Amino acid sequence: MTIDTNAGGPQHPEPSLRRDEAAAGDARSAPTGTGSRFTRLLGLALIIGGAAVAWLAFVATPPDVVQGESVRLLYVHVPSVSVAYMACMLTTVASAVWLRRRTEWWDLVASSSAEVGAVFTAVTLLSGMVWGQATWGTPWEWDARLTSTLFLFLLLLGYLGLRGATEDRTARGRRSAIVGLLLVPNVIVVNQSVNWWRSLHQDATLFRTDGDFRIEGLQLFTWVFATVVAIGFFVWLLVHRFRVGWLADRAEDRAIDEALAVRRAEGGTGGAP
Amino acid sequence: MLADAWLIAAKDLRLEWRSRVTLAQIAPFAVLVLVLFGFALDPDRGLLAAATPGLYWVAVLFASVLAVQRAFAVESTESSRDILLLSGVVPSGVFLGKALAISVQLLALEVLLLGGVAVFYGATLRGWLLLAVTVLSATAGIAAAGSLYGVLATGLRVRDTLVPLLMLPVLAPVLLGATRAFEAALEDTPADGWPWAGLLVLFALAYLGAGVAAYGSLLEET
Repeated sequence: MTIDTNAGGPQHPEPSLRRDEAAAGDARSAPTGTGSRFTRLLGLALIIGGAAVAWLAFVATPPDVVQGESVRLLYVHVPSVSVAYMACMLTTVASAVWLRRRTEWWDLVASSSAEVGAVFTAVTLLSGMVWGQATWGTPWEWDARLTSTLFLFLLLLGYLGLRGATEDRTARGRRSAIVGLLLVPNVIVVNQSVNWWRSLHQDATLFRTDGDFRIEGLQLFTWVFATVVAIGFFVWLLVHRFRVGWLADRAEDRAIDEALAVRRAEGGTGGAP
Repeated sequence: MLADAWLIAAKDLRLEWRSRVTLAQIAPFAVLVLVLFGFALDPDRGLLAAATPGLYWVAVLFASVLAVQRAFAVESTESSRDILLLSGVVPSGVFLGKALAISVQLLALEVLLLGGVAVFYGATLRGWLLLAVTVLSATAGIAAAGSLYGVLATGLRVRDTLVPLLMLPVLAPVLLGATRAFEAALEDTPADGWPWAGLLVLFALAYLGAGVAAYGSLLEET
């Protein structure tokens, strides 16, 4: 994506009246795309890493004794859930920092993380349903972990909906920081209450970890490696999403500056208030 | 803070008394939801009786979305918020006042709906102490969380569709807890219900605290 921030727009008649000098200065020196040396190298590494994960997951690792071929979903499902929870934590932490520092940087970190996190949460839910169908014979179980992941997804959609609907940037920051801050506590409350509810009704859960299956050797390595690749992918998406958000805000600033300049030129006032 | 809360609550309730939106629109809607559940789950098959506590609280939640939207629709014009700020009322007072006014209206609705489930679903109401504590604590939680998430969407064009999406996932634990507590009360095994009532009290306190802390930041915006 490329935004030409250097295009020679109409010169402002009175620079001192510029709406936001600092922001406009940033716009001139800001990158014109979302790619950088770092993201290109990371992207290249991720392509290679992703291919390696696919090879390890489909070819190199053996099928599981208990689960058979369906165990290969583990290498998608478990890394994506780790990243989804990490993104959700990052959104909450960045929202908390925003409430103290109130800088655009933290606002964009929180929102970019939420958006990318929503994608990973969706991948988690879908791969989990496929895996559940294959191993338990049902895509859904009213378990605390499944239910709270679904609620995490819904809460993230609410957060993103609120952000998308709020036009004023300061209001957007305040409102989304409150929702972002409450994101993790809300998921924990849902998790605890569902856990409590199900533990009263069910003796055993499908998620018994004792002797369910053990993971070791190449399978363990593949899992860890897939998680590293997933985290790298998250970082890559996060950086790009952050830069898109940053450039979108700069483009909006410039549009306002230009509109002001046009109005002043029409009045021939040279920008006097 | 409490004096301000009282002022705001009195103002909102006076507005409601004069406009009668809750009484004339939200209450009939809530009763309608109960009746629609009756159509969906054939009353003769015993499903309604078994599902009574859950259906009751789902009806309450739907009605509470409307009540919250109504509570913030009256503040939605830019000038009314300015007037609220200029009047020198502290933000935490505004929050508590809003929550109190919503609670009073919801409590009236819940009493009406209790009558509704007794009449339409043939529910036998008992375990009154547990019922009362559940209704009070769940209502406080719904009103507190509703006031916090309701104010976030004020002034937005998509307010009406956004409020339920923000509010209902957060209120899911209240539905869970209140339903289980009601089940225990109606089945005359109140001991099973008290821990859930405790959860509801904690939820209400947590959201009352969060609202008091967050409202200052949310109201200062232009």
